Amino acid sequence: MRITQGTFSFLPDLTDEQIAKQIAYALAQNWAVSVEFTDDPHPRNTYWEMWGMPMFDLADPAGVMEEIRACHKAHPDCYVKLNAFDSTRGFETMRLSFMVHRPPVEARFRLRREETAGRLIRYTLERA
Amino acid sequence: MSTTFDLQALLRESGVAGVLDELDRELIGLAPVKMRIREIASLLVVDKARAELGVRGAKPSLHMCFTGNPGTGKTTVATRMATILHRLGHVRKGHLIAVTRDDLVGQYIGHTAPKTREVLKRAMGGVLFIDEAYYLYRPENERDYGLEAIEILMQVMENQRDDLVVIFAGYKSRMDTFFQSNPGLSSRVAHHIDFPDYSVEELEAIAGLMVRELGLELSPEGRGALAQYLRLRREQPNFANARSVRNALDRARLRQARRLLDAGRVDRQMLTTLEAADFLASRVFAAARTPPAPKEAAC
Repeated sequence: MRITQGTFSFLPDLTDEQIAKQIAYALAQNWAVSVEFTDDPHPRNTYWEMWGMPMFDLADPAGVMEEIRACHKAHPDCYVKLNAFDSTRGFETMRLSFMVHRPPVEARFRLRREETAGRLIRYTLERA
Repeated sequence: MSTTFDLQALLRESGVAGVLDELDRELIGLAPVKMRIREIASLLVVDKARAELGVRGAKPSLHMCFTGNPGTGKTTVATRMATILHRLGHVRKGHLIAVTRDDLVGQYIGHTAPKTREVLKRAMGGVLFIDEAYYLYRPENERDYGLEAIEILMQVMENQRDDLVVIFAGYKSRMDTFFQSNPGLSSRVAHHIDFPDYSVEELEAIAGLMVRELGLELSPEGRGALAQYLRLRREQPNFANARSVRNALDRARLRQARRLLDAGRVDRQMLTTLEAADFLASRVFAAARTPPAPKEAAC
């Protein structure tokens, strides 16, 4: 199952060149870019591992691309995403976040059905 | 029919000609340096023309080493270099990150690599200027972390030539020993540019420029006194070329301010003129009269 999350989830995976252009845009807006990875891409898992510190004061995407490559190399079986944080007052939040790498064998999820009080059925996503 | 190229036009279009002219106008002396910069600019223009014809060569390695005494304009030229390289499309952004050993080398094991990488990341797309680069390598301490920084630098200089240009700067003799002890680094730095000391005439011209930038002027006697001052100061220890000129002017302004306050009523002319007295009060003249100068810097 192809897992999708974040800003460009409806598009095919971006190429390196396209990723670099997105980073260049984020840097031009003065957003702090950071790289995160996880082996648990559950949609409710908002806490991915940080790959190093968020990167401030960058001028060019080359440095970020380098970090993405390094992260992917160190964790080939993980999902890697890129975040861009806007510190402008009023926003103070992620403005852009998208996946840049996925493992060769993707995580699988299944829908679990659970019967609770009063024959009520609850559904939840579970890692297969 | 073969396509012909007007290289001069290409040079003009890129806006580099303007920067080069500015360099000629605003930087006094430094003939060998300007020559070398022109050569580098020409090389990049020719490469550009070649690329338009579809002849794709590898990008030239433009890592540089600026050697010269303090105050000879190494940092200033590095800033211009960044602009030139940007206009010619060699680097993508054209900003300059100036660092010293403290910014690259960490304080404990495992601190250096992230620190150096952090700086390199910030410099990507521009120029990394490492001032007093010889401090990176301290042969007397074999557990010094400087070597680690040098190794990371070398790796990036080799593999990511397209992403950044590294400029090392420092005093000539110490840079020479630095490169001797790091042959790998030496071979990766293609351009060694030596910044000569300024002559007295050049120093006077620099002082003239600085005075104008400060919105001041020199009285004819003041000009004479300044020339005299520079001639004496040049012979004394710790002379830092253009930086010494700037310091001398700053102190002359202090003396001028005190003189004007003592005078009470002043007019525009007095407010903007540096007189001979402002320079003659300097300790440099006193030191020249009593030859056995003390070891501390004559300021």
